[in-house]
This record gives sequence, structure tokens and C-alpha cells, in this order.
Amino acid sequence: MIIVDYLKKSFFVAIWFMFLTFPIMVIRVDSIEGIVEWRWQNMLLVGIGSFILSLVGRYIRIKQEKAARSVQKGRVQQLKSSLLIDPKMYLPGLALISLLVLVFPFLFSVYQTNIMTTALMYIVLGLGLNIVVGLAGLLDLGYVAFYAVGAYCYALLNHHFGLSFWLALPLGALLGALFGIVLGFPVLRLRGDYLAIVTLGFGEIIRLVLENWNEFSFGPSGIANIDRPNFFGIDMSLNESIIALYYMMVCLVLFSIFMVNRLQSSRIGRAWIALREDEIACQAMGIDKTKTKLTAFALGATWAGMVGVIFAAKTTFVNPASFTFLESAIILSIVVLGGMGSIVGVVVGALVLILLPEYLRAFSDYRMLLFGAIMVIMMVFRPQGIIGNVRKSYLFQEKKG
Amino acid sequence: MKKITTFLVLLGCVSFYSLSVSQQVFAADTIKIGVAGAHSGDLASYGLPTVKAAELVVKEVNAKGGILGRQVELLPEDDVCKPEVATNTATKLVSQKVDAVIGHICSGATKAALGIYKASDLVVVSPSATNPALTQSGDYPNFFRTIASDDAQAKREVDFVLDVLKVRKIAVIHDKGDYGKGLAEFARDFLIQDPRADVVLFEGVTPGAVDYSAIVQKIRRNKAEAVIFGGYHPEASKIITQMRKKRIKIPFVSDDGVKDDTFIKVAGKYAEGVYATGPMDTSKNPLTISATEAHKKSYGKAPGAFFLNAYAAAQVLLNAIEKAGSTEIEALTKALRSEYMETPLGSIRFDERGDAIGVGFSMFQVRNGAYVEVK
Amino acid sequence: MEYFLELFFSGLTRGSIYALIALGYTMVYGIIGLINFAHGEIYMIGAFTALIVASVLTVLGFNQLAILLCAGFAAVVYSSAYGYTVEKIAYKPLRNAPRLSPLISAIGMSIFLQNYVLLAQTSDFMPFPALIPEFEFMEPYAHIVGSSELVIFLVTTLVMVLLTLLIKFSSIGKAMRATAQDKKMAMLLGIDVNKIISITFVIGSALAAIGGLLIASHIGQINFYIGFIAGIKAFTAAVLGGIGSIPGAVLGSFILGWTESFATGYISSDYEDVFAFSILVLILIFKPAGLLGRDKTKKV
Repeated sequence: MIIVDYLKKSFFVAIWFMFLTFPIMVIRVDSIEGIVEWRWQNMLLVGIGSFILSLVGRYIRIKQEKAARSVQKGRVQQLKSSLLIDPKMYLPGLALISLLVLVFPFLFSVYQTNIMTTALMYIVLGLGLNIVVGLAGLLDLGYVAFYAVGAYCYALLNHHFGLSFWLALPLGALLGALFGIVLGFPVLRLRGDYLAIVTLGFGEIIRLVLENWNEFSFGPSGIANIDRPNFFGIDMSLNESIIALYYMMVCLVLFSIFMVNRLQSSRIGRAWIALREDEIACQAMGIDKTKTKLTAFALGATWAGMVGVIFAAKTTFVNPASFTFLESAIILSIVVLGGMGSIVGVVVGALVLILLPEYLRAFSDYRMLLFGAIMVIMMVFRPQGIIGNVRKSYLFQEKKG
Repeated sequence: MKKITTFLVLLGCVSFYSLSVSQQVFAADTIKIGVAGAHSGDLASYGLPTVKAAELVVKEVNAKGGILGRQVELLPEDDVCKPEVATNTATKLVSQKVDAVIGHICSGATKAALGIYKASDLVVVSPSATNPALTQSGDYPNFFRTIASDDAQAKREVDFVLDVLKVRKIAVIHDKGDYGKGLAEFARDFLIQDPRADVVLFEGVTPGAVDYSAIVQKIRRNKAEAVIFGGYHPEASKIITQMRKKRIKIPFVSDDGVKDDTFIKVAGKYAEGVYATGPMDTSKNPLTISATEAHKKSYGKAPGAFFLNAYAAAQVLLNAIEKAGSTEIEALTKALRSEYMETPLGSIRFDERGDAIGVGFSMFQVRNGAYVEVK
Repeated sequence: MEYFLELFFSGLTRGSIYALIALGYTMVYGIIGLINFAHGEIYMIGAFTALIVASVLTVLGFNQLAILLCAGFAAVVYSSAYGYTVEKIAYKPLRNAPRLSPLISAIGMSIFLQNYVLLAQTSDFMPFPALIPEFEFMEPYAHIVGSSELVIFLVTTLVMVLLTLLIKFSSIGKAMRATAQDKKMAMLLGIDVNKIISITFVIGSALAAIGGLLIASHIGQINFYIGFIAGIKAFTAAVLGGIGSIPGAVLGSFILGWTESFATGYISSDYEDVFAFSILVLILIFKPAGLLGRDKTKKV
């Protein structure tokens, strides 16, 4: 009986979608020549497709509900949290991953390594934004501005003064932090979504200034021929330098994970989490709201500035078109899709979101369509992200003796 | 544990799959030509005609038994016209051991990718990257193009406005993009150097804005007698439409990005009388006719943007490989610079900097819904 | 003076369009606190539907008025249907999810819809027929205000008035306001909250469709990407006026439109958007909840 009911419901869903997609999927017009093309076969496809998808969706929902009701959930949860906490559980996995990471450039082509480097860059960006969004709960839609600051910092200094990559790296980080503070200061009194749109505005302003102020930034044509990083003065071929950059990124990722992990458990990190949970209670506990928010902003921007420098060095070319709002949206998606506040989540999120479109090249036309659909589906079925954050619990142990 | 293992296994599978794709052992004796450009996304309409042109040329060459006794194989790679993607694209082509590259389409992406090709000693022939610095900077001896550079185009526009239209007050407008702004800046500089001209306005419009009437009113306010616009056709058609609707009847002179039939279709009656520079009209050239026919036969419709430039690029590249007797960069560069080749664009070879000799711009005007060359 | 007037009307045109889109943002935000990033795409789909219907009818040889009415009707119906469906698929399951999850879902939906139209139709710009005729009597003023601009103000004003009446006096409007204030309490009072949310999406989408139709006819071309840029601007306008507040969205839109047109006219269009965002930042620094937004003081 229930099955018939579901079939009926899915049937109506199919009819609805056939109606919905009718003008855009079925009719194609050439409004100049006055030619109308009718593609009825698409309607059939939509009907069948939505019927099946609707059934599958219902099935998954029912399973999820059942799982939620049964006791099993507790065990799965336990397994998962122990997986992330208990060294005996995660060490073998970690060892395997480390091995894979180490030998990656020798197993795969330079192209694969290059893509992986990009993914690693996004991991660091994600970790940086995770401080702002995941830990401190400040929705920042203009994170890409700090990325741009770092990239242009190296590009310009290298172009004018031939500054080396290794000097630019800390400088970019510093400049990122500085911009974080300067931009953060006036906007931090704003609440959630107002903050979001203002940061979006700042992101756009930075990009527009880079685009229009030719004397400073060379405008939309950008800066080319930026030096690749030099490692210990060794003269390297292109392939070698790509591999070297890969290992450098691995180190940076490890460093970032270490830093963010330490920050999380530090006094300031716990203040961020408290601020995210309840601002008023937090203030009542004597935490300086402005200072705490500003550090989050500045620290988040630091990572973006640093990765910006690496971006400029990797691409050897920067122009404002690389720093659009879509970039911010992708970094934010990494954080949320992976699981806000969770380091492992960010890592997995970045790998999925950056590698997926690359490997979806086989479906090149449908790539972005699938990408959008996956984002929606992921959120609908797993709103807490792929790997939800495991809350840290602190245990008080009395000193003996 | 299970989750992570599954994930790892999946990751492994995906990587090995792509590995097997990227490192597929191709028949060892083919000549591999990479074709890079925007093949998806909003700029695909500029990039895809190049792939088709290359396919047609290669099909013809292969039917005749290939070059140097080897078949030619194309490896199309998408860069969505983004510099950061273009470097990945270039790395991918290099790791697939291509012998030369046709592309990229956009100047920014080309600039980003050229460093990688240069380090790998690969010759690159672009059908559409018009940024002057690409050849004039002298940084890229491996770069050639079958299209004239932006400054040549700006010069043509300025000369036309001053010598033919004989106006003095000129408004220079651009779309803030790499191509449009670069072109507009060259036009402005040429105008400033000329004592006959007076630049009354130099400004960029925001692409995609819902309304351009403010800038249009500003053109009127500054009493401009002609507008030079640098950019692509979507913005051009919006601006010209709003100018005419606001009863501003001054001449509108634009560039190659506007010399596209889509512009006439979109702007409709407002397109009448618009001037645009474009590659010299070669539609009477028998090679052009046969290339266009071949495209219609294979793909069922008329070719798109930069098709002829790409067709010529593929022809000169393959010809040079044949004449050089190898794909080695020195010999190839020499052959490209010395050997004339009959192409749809005319008989061309390249100068020391990599610009094509014999490729230039003419001025066109929209008359009765079609671009006609202005003599 | 004439130049000032010209710029004033140019700003008014922009403001009207922003307002039609911004209303959708602000209504949805007011009721479920979600930045509906896919709203710009609804506007784009409205414009595309109108284009398709208009082209088909032109081929069939209908007269101009019939085409305008049918295209407008189809745009409104289809946009509403899309708005309704998007809510059901992408947001409804996330009612109780963490705050940022629906936002990601919305960004995903926006990417999906853009590419859906791109694949099913074309990536090229498509010419949009001038559905609004050129009026004879406007000819003497054509250099200041065109016919299509006039129609845009009139329609926008009419729609605003109707919407205000609907929100203020109808039972649906009252239920919407109640839901916006306190969802749980509204539920307890017997309001079908899910239905009200759906209705909000439908009304917002219908307004966006009208905006899409008007602007496409005014500017004469559309492609799959028009929704994104217009959407961001309209969203900015909604926040400027105080997100969640309907008069605020209208006020914010006009301020944004005028800022842009006067900045272009008197300073430079190079930094048009910089001015727009700077105004936003300035206003929010002095009035953190936007111009007409209520600053909710949280009680402990």
C-alpha cells in the first residue's frame, strides 16, 4: 500500500517537473531567424529521470529516518568519534595517507601533482576561513580579498624590486593580517548577515580597485612573469619546481593543521567558540568581544595572504579576474561542505570540491551542473558536512601526590 | 575506519583512472598537437571554433597520409579562459608530451600558460590572443599568432576616426576587461599624441550592469562627436541601443570583439551604421570558401569566432613541422619565420617577434544588417 | 539641471529593477533568515521563459499586446513554479540544519540553475524582443526618459503598492508577518507555516519575473549569467535598506540606483561599484541594521 502511495507521489513529481522544464528544456528558439525547435524527447527524459530520482530520494529519506530511530546510530557515532580521537584507530589510516602524500609526485604525472598542489592550496585557504567562519562564527563572504592582497603583494614586489618568494611569503601573511584588521575594525559591530554582505562588498572593492587602478596594479591585464619559488638556490626545471612546490605545500598544510589545532585549544580559540555560541554570555564572562573577533579576522586573513603569495608564484601570472566572488563562495563551500569547525572536514571538503571538477572533465559540459547539484544534495542529506565537528571534551584530572 | 578506507579506495580509483587516461600510450609515431582554449563556460563560443578548425585541417592532412610520414593527433584541453586553470592545462599538455600547441584563446590565459611552454621548448600558435605584450615584450620567442595585435587595431580605429570621420571630440569607453581596456588605452594614447584629437571622456563601464543610461548621458554631456569602444559585443550592443534610444546619433567605432554577427542580431536596427575593425575581409579567398564549406559539411552550421585564424594557425603550424622536418623548437621557429603558407587569411609568415606578416585590420560598417568593408 | 534630471531618471530605472529583485530577497530573509542566492537565477529564468514564449508566439503571428501579456504571464507562472520547487528541494529539508548549510545549498542551486539554462538553451547572448513599444507621446522627452523606462517605473510602483496592500491587509499578509516575527508562535496560532513560506517564495519569484521581463525588454538581450550580477546588487540593496523590511528594500534599491548613476555622471563609472559598496559600508557602520531594519536587541 505504502509503495503504491510512493509511486503515485513520484508520478506527480515527474508530471510537475515535466511542466517545470517544459519551456527551457523542450523549446529552443532562434529569436532572430524565427525558428522554433521542439525537443519532445527531453520531456520524456525529464519525466523518467525525475520519477526515478524522486523514488531514490524518498528511499534514502526513509532509511535515514529509520537509522535515526534505531539504536545503531549511537554505535556509528561512537565509532566515528573514536576514529577521530583514538590513536589506535586513526594512526594506521594516517600512516597510509602520509605514505600516499609522500610518494604522490612519483606515482602520478606532473599534471596530477600540479592539480594536487592546487587542492592543497585550497586546504590551507579553507583552514584559514575555518578560523573565521567555523570557529568564530563570523560569516565572511569576501575572504578572497586577502588572497588577492597576498598574490599582488608578491607579484608587485617581485616585478618592481625582484623580491624573492621566501621574503614575500611572511610579508604576504603580514599584509593579509594587516588588511584583516583594517577591514575588520569598522565592520565587527555588525551582526551575522550584515557582516556577510559588507565583507562581500570589501572583497569586490579590492578587486575593482585592482582592476581600475592601472598605475598601481597594471589593471585587468595583470602582471606576468612572476618568479617561481627558488629552493636553496638550486636551478630547477619546470617539472622539478612543480614537485618542489608540491612538497612545500604539503609542509604548509601540515603547519596550518598544527597551528589551527593548537589555536583551537588555546585560550583565544575557546573564546572564539564561546563567541560563536553566545555573544552575550561570552561578554558576561569577561571576554573582550572586539579583540577576539579581530584576532579571528586577522589570523584567518594571514593564511589567505600566505596562500596568495604561493598562488602568484605557482601561476606566475596574476590578474583581478582570479579573485571574484565565486572564489570566496568556493572556499566557503569547502568549509561548510567539509563540516564547519572540523579540520579533517576542511581537508576532505577541499579535496572533493577541487579535485571533483578536475576529474569531472570527462563530462566537461555537465561539470558545473553536477557540481551545483552535488552541493545541494550533500547539504540536504548531510547538513552538518561530510565530517561533522567532534566536540572536544576536557577532563579534569586531579594531580596525585 | 570503514569510511576512511572507502574514501582512500575511492580516491585511489579516481586517481588511477585519471592516470590511465592522461598517460594512455598513444601510438608512438603520431604528432601530437594540443589545442587549448575555453571549451566550456560562458566564453566557449570563442574557443570551440578553434577546435573545429584544427580538426578540419588535421583531417585533411591525415587523409593525405599525415606529415613526415606520421599521423597528426589533436589533444583539446579546456582552460575556461582563466589564467589559473590555463597553467594546469599547459602542465597537462606538457605531461602528455605534445609537440606543439594551438591556443590559448584569451590573452590572460595565454600569458599564464606561455611560461610553462617556454620552459618545455614548445611552439605555441594562438589564433586570437591579441595582447601586444605577448610578442612585443620579447619574452616569448616560442609564441606566434595569426591575428594582429591590439595596438595595430587601435591605430586603425584612431586613424579612421580622424581621417575619415574627421571628428575632434572623442569619447573612449571600455568594458574594464583585459582586452577592452588594453585596446581603449592604446586608442587613448594615439589620440593624445595627435593634435587634431581631443579625448573628452575615458571611462570603463561595468559588464552585466542592468542599465547604461548614466554613461550614455555622460557621453552627450561631454559633447563627444564619436565614441570608440573597447570590449565585446554584449556591452557594445547595450551601449549602442541606449545611445540611440536617447537620441544620440554620433558614430560608434569599435573592435574585433564587436565584429561578430551576434552583435548585429542582438542590437538589431540599432546596429545600423556601427563601425568595427576586424581582420581583413578574405571571404573571396578560395581557401576561405573551401574551409567554410568543409565546416558546414562536417558540423552543419556556419563557423564561429576566430575560425579562419585558427584554420590558418593549424595550417602554418603543420606546414612548418613538415618543412622543418621535426618538431624541435629551433627548426620549427625558423620554419615559421621563413616559410610562406597559403591560408584563408592570405599568404602569411611570421616576423621576428611572432606576429604574422600579411595579417592586418580593416574597417567594417553595418549596412542593411551585415558587416561591409569600408574602402 | 537637465543633466541632473537625466541622471536622476537613470538612477530611478536601476533602482526600480533592483527593487523588484530585492523584494524577493528581503521577504525570504524576513521569513526564514536565509540569503536565497538562487533568487537571481529565478529572475533569469523568468526572462528566459518570456523570451521563449514571445518567440514562439511571434512565429505563430500573434499581435504585440497579446505577446506581451502571454510572455508576462508565462514568466510569472514559471518563475513562481521554480521558486516554489527550489524551496521544496533545497531549503525545506534544511529548516533545522546549521545556519550556513542552507546558504551552501543556495549557492549550489544557483550554480545548478545557471548551468541548466546554459546547457538546455545557449551560452550566447540572445536578443530579447522589445516587448514594450515606443510611445509617440514620449518622443519630445526621449533623450531624458525613454518609453521603456517609463513603463518600468509605473509597473514597479504599481507592484509595490499592491504588495504593500497585500502584506498590510490580507490574511495571507498577516500570516506572513506573524511567521516572520515568531515561527513557533505562529504555528501555535494555527498558521500553516510551511504554506506561508511557500507563498513567500512564490510571491518573491513572481516579482523577480516581472523584473526580468522588464529589464530584458529594456536592455534587449539576455544570457544565463544575468541573474548573478543583478542578484548581488539587489541583495546589497536589500541589506542597505535593512534586510527583512519591505519598505527598506525599496528605499535601499533607489539609494543604490542613484548612487551608481550620480557617481557615474559626476565622478567616474570606473569606480561605480566601489561607490555602491562604499555607501553600503558607510550606512551599515552608522546604522548596523540598515536604514529601516529593526535592530533587535537580544535579551538574555
